[in-house]
Amino acid sequence: MSEDKLFSLRNRWFTVTVGLTVVIALVAALFGFIVLPSLQTTATFADAWDKICSAAGLVRPSTLASPVVKPDFQTSEVIVTPQMMGPVDTVSIGRGATLALRCTMCHGARGLSEADSPNLAGQYGIAVYKQLQDFKTGARTSAVMSPRVTDLSDQDMRDLAAYFAYLPRLPGYHPTGDVPPPRIVTGGAPLRNIPPCASCHGTIEYKTGSAWLEGESPVYLKAQLEAFANGTRRNDISEQMRNIARNMTKEEIDSAAEYFSRQPPADGSAAGLQ
Amino acid sequence: MLHNKRLILAHFWLAFGGFGVALLLGEWQMYIRSPLHAWLGNPELYYRSVTAHGTTMAYVLPTLVAMGFGYAITEAALKRPMIGARWAWAGFGLVLLGTITAVIPVSMGLASVLYTFYPPLVGSPFYYIGVVEIVVGSWIWVALMSINLHAWKRDNPGAPVPLAMFANVAGSYLWGWTAVGAAIELLFQIIPAALGLTTTIDAGLARVFFSWTLHAIVYFWLMPAYIAYYTIVPRAIGGRLFSDPMARISFALFLVVAMPVGVHHLFADPQVGAGFKFMHSVFTALVSLPTLLTVFTISASVEIAARLRGGKGALGWLKVLPWGNPMMLALAFSFVMLGFGGAGGLINMSYQLNASIHNTQWVTGHFHLIFGGAIVIMYFAIAYDLWPHLTGRALTSFRLMRVQLWTWFVGMIVLTFPWHYVGILGMPRRMAFYDYTDPAMAGEGASVMMSVLGGAILVVSGILFLTVLVRGHRAPKVDPGEYRFSVAVHQPATMPVALNGFGLWLSLMLGLTVINYGFPIAHLLALPDTAVPVVRVGGAK
Repeated sequence: MSEDKLFSLRNRWFTVTVGLTVVIALVAALFGFIVLPSLQTTATFADAWDKICSAAGLVRPSTLASPVVKPDFQTSEVIVTPQMMGPVDTVSIGRGATLALRCTMCHGARGLSEADSPNLAGQYGIAVYKQLQDFKTGARTSAVMSPRVTDLSDQDMRDLAAYFAYLPRLPGYHPTGDVPPPRIVTGGAPLRNIPPCASCHGTIEYKTGSAWLEGESPVYLKAQLEAFANGTRRNDISEQMRNIARNMTKEEIDSAAEYFSRQPPADGSAAGLQ
Repeated sequence: MLHNKRLILAHFWLAFGGFGVALLLGEWQMYIRSPLHAWLGNPELYYRSVTAHGTTMAYVLPTLVAMGFGYAITEAALKRPMIGARWAWAGFGLVLLGTITAVIPVSMGLASVLYTFYPPLVGSPFYYIGVVEIVVGSWIWVALMSINLHAWKRDNPGAPVPLAMFANVAGSYLWGWTAVGAAIELLFQIIPAALGLTTTIDAGLARVFFSWTLHAIVYFWLMPAYIAYYTIVPRAIGGRLFSDPMARISFALFLVVAMPVGVHHLFADPQVGAGFKFMHSVFTALVSLPTLLTVFTISASVEIAARLRGGKGALGWLKVLPWGNPMMLALAFSFVMLGFGGAGGLINMSYQLNASIHNTQWVTGHFHLIFGGAIVIMYFAIAYDLWPHLTGRALTSFRLMRVQLWTWFVGMIVLTFPWHYVGILGMPRRMAFYDYTDPAMAGEGASVMMSVLGGAILVVSGILFLTVLVRGHRAPKVDPGEYRFSVAVHQPATMPVALNGFGLWLSLMLGLTVINYGFPIAHLLALPDTAVPVVRVGGAK
C-alpha cells in the first residue's frame, strides 16, 4: 500500500479527497455567488454574471444609488495628510515673517494676541494653512479674515504657516492656575460619541490636522465650539468638530475652553521645524 | 531519549517567562478599564500594554512552545538525535532577538498598534522587524521539522511515520504557510511605511493579508494541544489511542481547511465580496470536522483507559478515571473550554450571527476561552509531562499541579463568561475607557468586575505554574526513562501513502488558498485609489 503513487487516479485517497474538496468548493461558490445574491430583496441584478460580479466584490455603480446630495455651502477643499506641508526652509519662514506684518493688528507682534483673537505663535503649520485656505475658498467665513486672504497665493499661505509654526510658544495672557482637567478633556463622553479633547489636540495624543489649543483665549475657544454646534462654522473635515460640539453641554464647552486657555505652552520650544 | 535538553528548556523558559509578564499586563488591563479603577487618563498606556500582552501571548508564547515541543517530539518519536541542532539554536536566537527588538519600542510607547497591527496606524519599524525576526526564527524550525522527517523516511522506507512526528510536521507546515500572509503585509506594506519609504498604505489589502494568517494561526497555537490529546493523554492515563489513522486524518484536515477561512474576520469589511465571505464561512464550518473527530477519538481513548481500570456501565466508567492525574484533569478542563469556545466560534463564523457580536467584547472573551483556556492549559500539561525528561528530576508536587489546573480552569471561566455576556450587551472591544456612570452602561459594570476577579485567579494560577516548574529544577534527581508516546489499539504496521506524508494535503491547502484568496487579493491589487495616508503613532505636526 505504501508503495502506491500518491498523485494517481488509481489512488482513492487522491481522487476522493480532491473530489470532495472540489465539490464542496463548487457548492459553496454556487450558493455564495448565485443562490444567495438571488435571494437578496434589496438589490437588483441584470443577469447571472452581474450577480457573480457583485458577490466577487467588483466595484460597480449601484442600481439603487440615490443621487449624491451636494451641500448648499462651500466645504473645505484642503486634503490633510501628515506630509502636506513638505519640508520648510528659512526662506519660507522669512517670507512668512514679512507677510505676517499685516496680521499683527489682531494676532500680536509675535503671534501672541492681546485681544481675543487666536494666538498663532507655535501653532501647527497644517492648522494655520488650512484655515487660510478655507477663508479664501469661503469654507470658513469671517468679516475680518475673509477680505484679508483674497490676494494670498498658496505659497503665501505656506510661508505664513511656516513662520507662525516657527515662532516660539509663549504663555498666553490668560490667568494660569492649577485646575484639574475636566472630564470632557481627558475622557470625553463615549456614549455621546465625544472623544476626549486631549486625544487629538495634544496633552494625551496629537492627531494630524488638529490645532494647538493651550493658552488660547477662552472667549475664542468657546465662540468656535458654539459656532460648530449651531452650524455657523462648518469647515471641519467630515463634520468631526460639528458632531462633537453639537453633543457637548454648555457646561462642558465652558469648562473645556477655560481649561485649555489656562494651560501653559505644551513645550516651550518652537514646534515649526520638526 | 532527549539529546538537546537545554535547547528545549530554553524555548520553554523564554515562552513561559514572557507568559508570566504578559499575564500580569492582561490582568492590569482588565482592572483599569473596570469600574474598580478611575479613568486611566492616557489611553496610550492601555494600548501599549495591550500590544505587549498580545504580541507576547500570540506570537512569542505559542511559537516557542510549538518549537520546543517540536524538537522534543523529533528526538523522542524518531528515537534519534535531531539533525540541525545548531540551526535550531540559531532559530531560538532569532526569536529571542526578535522579542527584544519588538519589546523595546512597545514599552517606550512607540508602537502601540496592537499585535494585529491595524494599518494605516503605523508605529516604530523596530516593532515590526522584531515580529519578522520571530517569524523567520520559527521558519527555521519549520525547515528542520521537514528535514528530520524526510531523513527519517529515507532511512526507514515504507515504515509509518510515528503519529507524534506526523502531527508535529503538520503543525509546522500549517504555520509555515499561514505566516506568509502577515509576512507579506509586514515586508511589502507596513515596514516600508514605518521606515518612511511610503506615505500611504492599502489598509483593506493589508487586512486581507493579515486574515490569511489570523485564523490559521489559531490552529497553529492549537496543534501542540491536539498532539498532547492524541499522543500523551492516552499513555499518561493508562489507556490506548482509539485510532491512529483517525488522528492523522484530523491533522491532515487541519492543514487543508484551517487555512482558507480567515475572511470570516472581515465580515464587516467592505473590500471583500459577499460571495467570498460565504465561501470562507463554509470552510470555517468544516474546521469543526477535525475537532469533532478529535473529541470522538479522545473520548473513546479515555473510555478505553477507564474500561481497563475496571470501569463499568454506560457512563459509570467516568468515575474510575484517574482524576488525580494532572493530565486527566487538564484534558477534561480543556475539553469543557473547547466545547464552550467552539460553540461561540460557530456564532462568530456565521455571516449573519457575526453581525450581532462583531467587534464586541464577545470576540475577546471567545479567543481567551479557546486559546488561553483550552489550549494553554494543555501547554501546562505538556510542560508537566516533559519536565522530568528535560531536567532529569522528578516533579513531585502533584497537589500543586492539580490546584494550578483547577485555578486556571475556574479563573478562565470566571474571566470569559461575563466577558462574552457584556459583548452580547454590545460592549465594544479595543477601548481604553468605559463610562460606567452612564445609565446605558452601568449594568455592565458588575460583569466586568467578575472578569477582573477571574483574571486575578489566573494570575495566582500562573504563579503556581511557574512555581511548579522552578521546583522541578530543584527536585531530587531521577531517571525518567525513555519518553514515550501513546500506543494505538491497533498500532499500524503499514500506512497508506496519503497518510504517511503531506503531498496531498499541502496541495489541497495551496489549491484552496488560491481559490479563496486569489481573486480578492488580485482584485484589490488591481484596484486604483485604495491607499490611504499612513497614521503614525504619536502623529505628525
